[in-house]
Amino acid sequence: MKAKVYVTLKPSVLDPQGKAIHHSAEQLGFQQITDIRQGKYFELALDDSVSETEAREAAEKIAADVLANPVIEDYRVEIVQ
Amino acid sequence: MKFGVIVFPGSNCDHDAYHVISKHVGQPVDFIWHKETDLSAFDAVIIPGGFSYGDYLRAGALARFSPVMKAVKDFAASGKFVFGICNGFQILCEAGLLPGALIRNAGLHFISKHVTVRTENQYTPYTNELKEGSVLSIPIAHAEGNYTCDDATFQSLEENNQIVFRYCDETGEVTPESNPNGARSNIAGICNIDRNVLGMMPHPERACEEVLGSNDGRNIFRSLTASIAAATN
Repeated sequence: MKAKVYVTLKPSVLDPQGKAIHHSAEQLGFQQITDIRQGKYFELALDDSVSETEAREAAEKIAADVLANPVIEDYRVEIVQ
Repeated sequence: MKFGVIVFPGSNCDHDAYHVISKHVGQPVDFIWHKETDLSAFDAVIIPGGFSYGDYLRAGALARFSPVMKAVKDFAASGKFVFGICNGFQILCEAGLLPGALIRNAGLHFISKHVTVRTENQYTPYTNELKEGSVLSIPIAHAEGNYTCDDATFQSLEENNQIVFRYCDETGEVTPESNPNGARSNIAGICNIDRNVLGMMPHPERACEEVLGSNDGRNIFRSLTASIAAATN
């Protein structure tokens, strides 16, 4: 089983890297892209004996404690079989 | 009186801090490897600048899990002095010993230059030899020094006088132009409510000798030394 964890900056937090990337996208002619926010993506491999609920609990905990800094970031967990 | 300088894999200002304590403060100082769990021999610990754990994940995020950090938390809770400089400030925020977080500089660049900061609170163990409004010339060297926090945290920082240093111009005026990294309200350094934990992005240990362009940093180390002497008497 796998858990996917997406970490993104809270909407209120400035993302200078995303802004710079967006600027490059505009220069490439992607005028229809109005904003880019950069985030992080993690893939967690879990032991097959783990239930989906346990996998979600573990991923949520590691996301809250380590992968994301709750002061500035939000996270979302997806479980894939 | 004894100082300790914590060394993580990737710390690189540990020797600068050691040099300043031994040569300019004139007090005993030891390095503390991050696997250490006993800090009972020390009166103050410095968490130095650098790139602990290569800044992997987020600056300071992984250092929080080093064995020594549990001891640092207990050390701080017992009222002893914990001084985080640059990466040390980032580590203290990640560890929850100071509120808020340090994110990427607004201008994206790594900035290495002398800046001026204004002393906002002279009533801390780190600033008691300074006057409120004193302007210090101290270098910064960071890419993630942009202090951020939510409105409630900011309000409580202000109400409790926890903002210790703000970036300012040479006359001491806090202006948007003198803010090098986009930090909220020009914040360069904050302390905890109890005042014994300080974190700052500028490097006072690099501003203790005229030959390096400034010795304003000595005032901070002198203040801390006086505070330790007062606390241990």
